[in-house]
Amino acid sequence: MTGIAVELRTRLGEFALDVKIEAPATGVTGLFGASGSGKTTVLRCLAGLHRTAAGVVHMNGDTWQDESTGLFVPPHRRGVGYISQDADLFPHLSVRKNLLYGQRRAPAEDPVVEWDDVVQWLALTQLLERDVANLSGGERQRVALARALLASPRLLLMDEPVSALDEPARREVLGHLERVLERLSLPIVYVSHSLTEVARLSDYVVWLTEGRVGDAGPVSQVLGRLDFARWWGDETGVVLEGNVHEHDEEFELTTVSTPLGPLTIHRRPEAPGTPVRVQINARDVSLGLTAQEHSSILNELQLTVLEVADLSPSNCLVRVGDPSAAAGPVLLARITRKSLTQLSLEPGLEIFARVKSVAVLD
Amino acid sequence: MALDWRVAIVTAKLAGVSTLILLIGGTPLAWWLTRTRSRVRPIVEALVALPLVLPPTVLGFYLLVLLGPAGPVGRFWESLGGPRLVFSFPGLVVGSVLYSLPFVVQPLYNAFRAVPTRLLDAAATLRANPLDRFITVVMPLARPGFLTAATLGFAHTVGEFGVVLMIGGSIPGKTEVLSIALYNHVEALQYTEAHFLAAILLLFSFSVLLAVYALNRRFETPRL
Repeated sequence: MTGIAVELRTRLGEFALDVKIEAPATGVTGLFGASGSGKTTVLRCLAGLHRTAAGVVHMNGDTWQDESTGLFVPPHRRGVGYISQDADLFPHLSVRKNLLYGQRRAPAEDPVVEWDDVVQWLALTQLLERDVANLSGGERQRVALARALLASPRLLLMDEPVSALDEPARREVLGHLERVLERLSLPIVYVSHSLTEVARLSDYVVWLTEGRVGDAGPVSQVLGRLDFARWWGDETGVVLEGNVHEHDEEFELTTVSTPLGPLTIHRRPEAPGTPVRVQINARDVSLGLTAQEHSSILNELQLTVLEVADLSPSNCLVRVGDPSAAAGPVLLARITRKSLTQLSLEPGLEIFARVKSVAVLD
Repeated sequence: MALDWRVAIVTAKLAGVSTLILLIGGTPLAWWLTRTRSRVRPIVEALVALPLVLPPTVLGFYLLVLLGPAGPVGRFWESLGGPRLVFSFPGLVVGSVLYSLPFVVQPLYNAFRAVPTRLLDAAATLRANPLDRFITVVMPLARPGFLTAATLGFAHTVGEFGVVLMIGGSIPGKTEVLSIALYNHVEALQYTEAHFLAAILLLFSFSVLLAVYALNRRFETPRL
């Protein structure tokens, strides 16, 4: 069996973890939820750094833990790359020696990455002889990623790798991460409490809440589900996969075709046909019963109301999309309860969704 | 005034051998204390710390009884063909190792505890087995602890008196150490000689402690 399959049950004081997770063999699985939801515990169990009383961990056909037979493979025999929030670089070694630490212990055949490649991808040439203490937060995370990859992991685990960084460093490291993760063909589990990060990096999402799996599935599906979206509150939004359709040179605009219809955004550098991923926040979507002719908003999609839920005493979330595609992509709109009543919105009603802002995740 | 070199050599040899044994044995013991969740841990900690509060003569007395040719340990040891353990250099080593144990284990324990667990976890995921992790991560990061342990263990052995007096006797060239020689001089009212040895021991102890504290200060600068 390929991919990751885990079942873990444990109790840590007041906290009870009881999860069953299956994740694909390649690509990024976003594991996310609030602090204390059990994300890090699941990751530590995958790495073998924590052993639950009851649990099974299967990884691409190998069994790493099976408490019914007492089997437990220790972390140093698993081959997992683990990148934490703190980078955990060895302070007594230079950057180069930190990188060599894992590489020297990895099997010689079939390395996951070559030294020269990873040093180039992560722009480490200038850092190699530096002392670890003199690195910035972003540099530390780049070194930690390179160190983990050079140890030829079979599974890459990342625990909030950018959450301790300031905004510019976070953007820089995320950019590096995205480029590197694309080139790897191994399963990656990415833990985060940031919707934007998960939307940008993940293909598959597992939502943990209070030690249980709240929801799991492809990113575009999970993000559009209302119980999940409500839980995220103001940050809530959806992700759509699309392709660059054409450029409007006169107004410096680009049209992206998505399953829900075309979206016009600021001019993109990508050539027509390039796949892009866009994020649309629920607060940037408004709904109307008729098409609006004289408006500054360029993006208006004709869709159907699928589901309505309360968000707060004054706000509601409305899920709109194509009713013929059950698990297809959707938009979320955050509107007031007053508007909901005035427009008499209910499932099945055809409406026009106006999208004020579209963010391209690159 | 000439130093009796035989006494100085016996003292240095005793302190050197004891320190070496203490580092070899104290390292796993201190590491076990750092990592264990065992219930016997407080018992082991109390036993290790015992020489700090126990009158050295008590330890010396029990050792004399146990290690003597009629004592249970001594009889067994000699039946295996081992050398006599009382009034001999090997006996002094046994006494010194027990007596200086807390001075080696404590600094090692403190240094091991200061090594962040997350670095050991990182090393584990980078395929380093437990011994490998200890050698390549714990030992380099605990280096100041090893220096402190070695100097304190050495200095404390040089400074011991009660245990040595009880189980060592005072055989010149074999078991007579500086502190005993000083005592003998005072007994014989040879105050000039006594002054000389006392000054040497005072100066030595002060220098060692100064070195330890100066080293620790240097290592206290932020390293992570």
